[in-house]
Amino acid sequence: MMSLAELICPAGTPAALRVAVDAGADAVYCGFQDATNARNFPGLNFTPDELAASVVYAHAHGTKVLLALNTYPPAGKLDLWRHAADTGARLGVDAFIVADMGVADYIAHTHPQVRLHLSVQAAASSPEAIRYYCESFGVKRVVLPRILTIPEIRQIRKEIPCEIETFIFGNHGLMVEGRCSLTNYLTGQSTNMDGVCSPASDVEYVRDADGSMSSQLAGFTIDRFGPDEKAGYPTICKGRYTAPHRPEGYYAFEEPVSLNLSRLLPELIEAGVHAFKIEGRQRSKSYVRGVVRAFRAAVDDIKAGRKANIADLLALTEGQKQTQGAFETKKWR
Amino acid sequence: MSIHADVNTRPPGPGRTAAARLACVLIQPFLSRVVRRTAARHPSLFARLGPHQTTDFLIDPVELPFALHLRPDPEALVFRAVPRDAAPHTGAVIRGRFLLLLELVDSEQDGDAAFFSRDLEVSGDTEAVVRLRNALDDIDGSLAEETAAMFGAPGRAMLARLRRAYLNDTKGQECI
Repeated sequence: MMSLAELICPAGTPAALRVAVDAGADAVYCGFQDATNARNFPGLNFTPDELAASVVYAHAHGTKVLLALNTYPPAGKLDLWRHAADTGARLGVDAFIVADMGVADYIAHTHPQVRLHLSVQAAASSPEAIRYYCESFGVKRVVLPRILTIPEIRQIRKEIPCEIETFIFGNHGLMVEGRCSLTNYLTGQSTNMDGVCSPASDVEYVRDADGSMSSQLAGFTIDRFGPDEKAGYPTICKGRYTAPHRPEGYYAFEEPVSLNLSRLLPELIEAGVHAFKIEGRQRSKSYVRGVVRAFRAAVDDIKAGRKANIADLLALTEGQKQTQGAFETKKWR
Repeated sequence: MSIHADVNTRPPGPGRTAAARLACVLIQPFLSRVVRRTAARHPSLFARLGPHQTTDFLIDPVELPFALHLRPDPEALVFRAVPRDAAPHTGAVIRGRFLLLLELVDSEQDGDAAFFSRDLEVSGDTEAVVRLRNALDDIDGSLAEETAAMFGAPGRAMLARLRRAYLNDTKGQECI
C-alpha cells in the first residue's frame, strides 16, 4: 500500500468542519453530542441534522467524514453506540473510528459497507493486536498510540494488513490510551466511557493576589502557575505535585506540552504512514484553520518533492511548548 | 503582554468611576442593539449554551473603563456595561484585552492558546465559559463585522483601525 499522506482534521462544530474542509482537509473527524465519543464536552459536537448537512458539505468538496465512536460502552449499555452507528451509516459517513470490540463487532455485522478505523483509544501498538482487530472486525486502518518510534512504525507497517494513521499535532498524552482512569478517580466521570477528560463542570481556575493562577479539578489543586508562567490544560496527567523527595513540586506524569511532528513528516511518509491526524476537536476554528493550512502546505510540498516550509505553530501548543515525543526517541520522559 | 500587570491592578479613583458610569450610560443603547441583532441572526447559538442560557457572565476588557454583563437568555437578553465597582456577582468571569476578546468572539484567535499564554483569564463556572466559547465558535462570519456594519462605512473603518492597532501592538507575538 502506498502512503497517501491524507490529512485527518478535527471538527468540534459544523462551522469548524467547514473551516477544515476549506483549509484543505482530506478527511474530517467529528462526533455526536453524547458519550459515544472521547470529546463529549459541553456545547461541542454535532446533532444528527448538523452531521447530515456537514456530510453533504464535505462530500461536495471531496472531503471524507469520519465519525468518532471511540469510547467504551458500559456493560450491557450498547444501545447508545448502536444507535449512533446506525445514524452515521444512514447519513453516509465514510468511516467509523472505534475502540470497543463490541461496537466494532456490531458495525462489522450491521454496516459492513462502512470502513472501520481503530481508534488510538484501543491502544493497539503491536502487530499481533492490530492483526486481531483486522481479522476479527475487518479494520482498515489503525491509529497508532503515541508511544512508538519511527523505526518501530516502519516495522509494524510490514507486519499488518491495514493502513496506519499517526498523530502529528496537538495534545500529547503518553498514558496507556483508553485505559486512563485519573479523571474517574477524582470526579467519578470516566474519560473512556463518558467521553470526557477533566470535565469542565469540575474545573475551576483561581487567581491569587500575586497574579498566580491555580487550576483545580473537583476541588483538588493540580497545578499553580506563576504570574508570567505559561499554562496548560487542567488534566491530572499534566499536573504538578509535591512529594517528600520533590517538595518544590514537579510534573509527576507529563508536562504541559503538545506534539508537533512537522519536521518528521518526510520520514513518516517514507515509513509508510497513510494518514496524519491533527488533534483538537475541542479547539477553535482559528486553531483548525491555522494548523490545517500549515500541514496542508507542508504535505503538499513533500509530495511534490519540495522541501517543506513548515509554519511556526508554537503559539497554539499547550504551555507554548512542543515535542516530537517518542516518535523521535524512546528516551522522551 | 500579560494582563496581570495591566488595568486590573489600577485603583478606581473617583474621577475614573464617574467617567466609567458616564461611558456605561452612553454605550448602553449600542449594546442593546448589538445583542438583539446577534440573537436574531444566530438563534442556533442558544442550543449550544444549553442550561447556561441563564448564567450571568462578566466579560472584562481590562483596558476599558467598564465591564460587560451578559446573560444570554433568549427570553430576556441582558448585555449591559457596568462600572467595575458596581459589577454584579456573576457565574463566570472572562477577562482580557478588549481586542483579544473581540478576536476570540470572531475566532480570529484561539481561546486555548490565549489561555496558555495567560492573556486570557477565566474564573467561576468553567462549563459555562466552555459552552459560551463553543456557541460563539459555531457562528459563521464575523460578529465584529456585523456590528461594525450597523454603523455603515464609519463603523467598518473604525473596526479596521482597531484591528490594525491590535496587530501592531501584538507584532512579534504572533506565530501564524
